[in-house]
Amino acid sequence: MRVAENLNRALHGLLEDDQEVYVLGEDLLDPYGGAFKITKGLSTRFPDRVLTTPLSEGAIVGAASGLALAGDKAIVEIMFGDFAALAFDQIVNFASKSVSMYGTRVPMPLVIRCPSGGNRGYGPTHSQNLQKHFIGVPGLSLFEMSPFHDNRAVLDRMLALGEPCLLFEDKVLYTRQMYRPGEVDDLFTWQLVDDVAVVRLDGAEGPDYTLVVPGGLAHRAIAAMRTLLLDHDLAGELLVPSRLYPFDPAALLPALGQAPLVCVAEDGSAGGTWGSHVAADLHTRLWGTLQRPVKLVSAADSVIPTAAHLERDVLVQDSTICRAVLEGLDG
Amino acid sequence: MDRLPDEDLALLLLIRFFERKLLALFERGELNGTTHTCLGQEYVPVSLRPLLRDDDWVFSNHRGHGHYLARFEDPEGLLAEIMGRKGAVCDGVGGSQHLRRERYLSTGVQGQSLPVAAGVALRLKRREPGALACVYVGDGTWGEGAVYEALNLAQLWRLPLLVVVEHNGIAQSTPTELQMAGTIEGRARAFGIRHHRLDTSEISRIRAELAPLVERTRAESSPLVAEFATHRLGPHSKGDDTRPPDLPRPDWYASYQAEHPEQSARLEAEARARVDRIADEVAARPPAVWTAA
Repeated sequence: MRVAENLNRALHGLLEDDQEVYVLGEDLLDPYGGAFKITKGLSTRFPDRVLTTPLSEGAIVGAASGLALAGDKAIVEIMFGDFAALAFDQIVNFASKSVSMYGTRVPMPLVIRCPSGGNRGYGPTHSQNLQKHFIGVPGLSLFEMSPFHDNRAVLDRMLALGEPCLLFEDKVLYTRQMYRPGEVDDLFTWQLVDDVAVVRLDGAEGPDYTLVVPGGLAHRAIAAMRTLLLDHDLAGELLVPSRLYPFDPAALLPALGQAPLVCVAEDGSAGGTWGSHVAADLHTRLWGTLQRPVKLVSAADSVIPTAAHLERDVLVQDSTICRAVLEGLDG
Repeated sequence: MDRLPDEDLALLLLIRFFERKLLALFERGELNGTTHTCLGQEYVPVSLRPLLRDDDWVFSNHRGHGHYLARFEDPEGLLAEIMGRKGAVCDGVGGSQHLRRERYLSTGVQGQSLPVAAGVALRLKRREPGALACVYVGDGTWGEGAVYEALNLAQLWRLPLLVVVEHNGIAQSTPTELQMAGTIEGRARAFGIRHHRLDTSEISRIRAELAPLVERTRAESSPLVAEFATHRLGPHSKGDDTRPPDLPRPDWYASYQAEHPEQSARLEAEARARVDRIADEVAARPPAVWTAA
């Protein structure tokens, strides 16, 4: 099943099972069904709770917060995650703060879906991964869609948290297949350890390096692992957490501490990023144990160009990850 | 001005002397942070009091003490919140501009609460028809895009949203003519939203004019903008009033006092004594504890 279909089914199921759930966003109605067709069929089945909106990201998130505040649950689709910037005040100064700024905890079951990422030629304002701008906001959790994590379980978890959550969805991922339980390909297998999908070389002992990446980079990381194995005889392990922030690596520390190299990769522009936060955290926690400095891979500190060849150079590709692992192990 | 029932005047004066007490406490260095008083505008929430129901939501703003006191008559809890003392409405976390109690909520960012109120109004329309969401804004708030996004939604979705504009002619230090082109009425009309302007501080007249309009908001689920032409007597915050000292500052209470001296004197003495007593009592309390932290 394609990831887009998994997400679409998750939304269908959620609306069916819970009469308090609303879905709001731009161009959601059938037959259009959203810019990426993730909401296809929803408005036909649940016309009262699937609301198409004006181009008003701030008001959409604000109204969704109002629904959540009054006892409903709301899922917002931001057409392109880049436009979450238009809702920044509602996300940072209202929805997230409301959870705690009134003294007692105010439940805010609210999910803001952000189709993100490039490699589609949409250019500088329709291709970004804006995770870094939302990290460290009290009361705000960040999740990222992956081909391992069932979206219904992720949505249920986010709503149960009772605080606003951003769900970053790599747009290329929509078109890819969900991995079947346990099976990645002829070389690799995977399993869930808490909320982290762990991909290993089938039958391998301790890995030569460990990658930590958000879901949008999973396929590029696996392609890199394949190349590193076949061309360089290096067996890697891949960790893909569902929740990016807050991110508690405690359960992973024993394994990470033994890895010859830990490489954190992300596809947002370099500087003040999720990856640098994770890398700094691992350095602190594993000081004295780490065999090498954590290698950090980010997209270039650059706008994302539109032309395919220019865009490819700015964003993280499987070759970028390969190179970083080889450099890290050489260093 | 028409004679007010004791109950209304007592509430008006509670707000008036609560706010004056805050400014006095600030001057003496006994309050931390900042505050925004509603001196001169007390009659707005007091007029609305009987028009709002317990199941209505109220969204207030930075200048919200009068809104809170008119809804709950809880000067102890509010002062404890502002002073960070035990018994604070929000454990001292929210302070003057971030209050929440039952269906009352205030936020400190201009225009932010309008879209939120629209969402609440949507829920009310579907689950509790007849109830409404009331949002207090000022004239300065109309500079924010969130206001227009929310008004569009409110009319598009036919939401029971009552927008109360306290148009006091000055946004912090900036007079309306330096920050607003056109009118608030013109803005409401552009969305096809009913607008009513109230140029009076006569509470009975305000209630009589607004009652049928608010009732229509409930009955047919439609937004309404009620614009009060009002006057901010005090500073925006504290000690930051740059208006010329000889600028006329119409005060409903000065007029009322002149016409009803006996009732005013009696209830003013009561309000002053009550606020003094509360201030002493709250100041002596231990610090608030943020239990949910």
